[in-house]
Amino acid sequence: MGLAVVPFSLEDTSGANISFPGQRHGLVCFVKEDCPTCHAVMPVLAELYRVYQGNLDIHVIGQTQQGNTVLENQYSPPFSMLDDSTLKVSFATDIEIVPSLFWTDEQGQTSQCLVGFVRDEWQQLCADLDLVFETNSTDIDWSAFPEWRAGCGSMSADPLIADRLRAESQNSPLRARKIDIGSGDDDFEFMFDQGFSDGLPLVPPTPERVLRMLAGSHRDPQEVLAIMPPNMGEVTVEKVAINAVMAGCMPQYMPIINTVVQAICTDEYNIHGVMATTMGASPVIVVNGPIREQIDMNMKLGALGQGNRANATIGRAVRLLLRNMGGARPGGTERSTLGNPMKFTMCFAEWEERSPWQPLHVERGFNASDSVVTIFTMTSGPTLIVDQDSRSAGALAGTMGLCLEAAFNPKAHYATDCLLVVVPEHIDTLMRDGYSKADLRQRIQEVTARPIRELVADEVSGTGFKAEVAASMSKVQLDRRLPKFKSEDDIHIVVAGSEAGKFSAAFHGWATGEIGSISVSRKIDEI
Amino acid sequence: MTTILDPTDERVPVERSITPRPPSISGTVALLDISKPRGSVLIDRLQELLQQRLPDVTFNRYAKPTFAKPAPDELRRQIQAENDFVVEALAD
Repeated sequence: MGLAVVPFSLEDTSGANISFPGQRHGLVCFVKEDCPTCHAVMPVLAELYRVYQGNLDIHVIGQTQQGNTVLENQYSPPFSMLDDSTLKVSFATDIEIVPSLFWTDEQGQTSQCLVGFVRDEWQQLCADLDLVFETNSTDIDWSAFPEWRAGCGSMSADPLIADRLRAESQNSPLRARKIDIGSGDDDFEFMFDQGFSDGLPLVPPTPERVLRMLAGSHRDPQEVLAIMPPNMGEVTVEKVAINAVMAGCMPQYMPIINTVVQAICTDEYNIHGVMATTMGASPVIVVNGPIREQIDMNMKLGALGQGNRANATIGRAVRLLLRNMGGARPGGTERSTLGNPMKFTMCFAEWEERSPWQPLHVERGFNASDSVVTIFTMTSGPTLIVDQDSRSAGALAGTMGLCLEAAFNPKAHYATDCLLVVVPEHIDTLMRDGYSKADLRQRIQEVTARPIRELVADEVSGTGFKAEVAASMSKVQLDRRLPKFKSEDDIHIVVAGSEAGKFSAAFHGWATGEIGSISVSRKIDEI
Repeated sequence: MTTILDPTDERVPVERSITPRPPSISGTVALLDISKPRGSVLIDRLQELLQQRLPDVTFNRYAKPTFAKPAPDELRRQIQAENDFVVEALAD
């Protein structure tokens, strides 16, 4: 086996510092007091000490101070137990089981390692030692000892303790600045005071929790995923994990969050503008593909609402990253006039299986088996489309169009895009007439088309085409009908929601196209 | 004490948390005059009062070269090395 005892300097019970490796071969045994097998080997270790103390350095390392005292009182061994109550030597040596007995050479290299207690193995080890050192262990009464005893788990391998030890070890993957919260301070209040929070309590991102979160990603913790505006912060996987812990995420959400970070920090998506606008924009994250099921996302009843951990915390983690890494804080570079509650979190999955159409990610060029995030910028919504009466696809799609007319304001045509979330009962109505997504988009454009003359600013509403511009238009130009959206591609469609209820919804977009934010889809490639 | 990892881009220093208040004062106490006019008068009086209450404590006097600038690193290191506590008169 490849285990090797790490060099150490540990205190024995008299307070003396004992170092390893020494000048001689060594026998090093790790024990813990609450392990019956460790109790069983204490007399054996005493025998080994008696026979080999002249030839080898013999170290018995205990994992708690109290346990060392108990063992010494109970067995009065001829050696002094070494204190590894910090478990650093046990952890660095990577033992999983106690007792673990190592025979090492002068340089500390392991010749043999015995795990648990198998009498024949220990006896053979003694025979081997006798050959090398011309010692004589034949007077050890092996029949006094049990034939075989399984060991117990090393405390350094206890998952709760091991995470802490891993975080503290020299090759810890963590590089983020450590912040000590004073003992008189409250962890949660401290995090509020530091400005880390979106206004809700945060889970303290302790090194142990961050390490557990990092286990959800295959990436190197120091990989820079993106440069995040407006502060141009370098977002490493570790920083994602820290914010994911604070948001309440599970490790398996990490691949999604990493991918969203990469998707929004692109020129097309333009997260800088999305954060800085006074209009109150925020990302909506739509998840497609197998990962939806793997992490138990909600795409059915209440998909756009509260109550599902993945939906709620993935969106929140992204928002916390924008705040903490991007520096987008209200009153700073985040300048939203009113703000909106979607700035806390907005993430959901498409119910692909309930959709008669290609799911969003396939429509956007990915394979059905890919897991993909699509980020849309919303300024309003989800606004409900209430239609419990239409019995034909055309009539229902007409209602959807009329509701979408309100995006920005009814006179704002060609101004924005939308994300339409169609619920199952509305799907069923649309499918009565075999509606495709293209049919739905076309119908929306058809019912929203207005002659320009109706979109001119007037006394009813001062927005729209400027009167002086309209005055210079010909009658033909004024009669030209403009649909709500500049292109049918500006109508994004997904399916979600419960089986009951004829209430679809729409997210209204922000400035779309190159002047604003273009929706970005990205494959989650680390699963 | 809880240790957490910084979730930010680390361009702003973290506000320091206050050292736990010790139950008693012993050893040495630095009295730092920032060199504002008459700051020394305040410190003289303070030392007199503290010395009455804490007869076993040693007081060391220091002064910044000028109140307009932070204390030089060397002075800060010296105060830290030579004392267990520090009292600073911050303004006039």
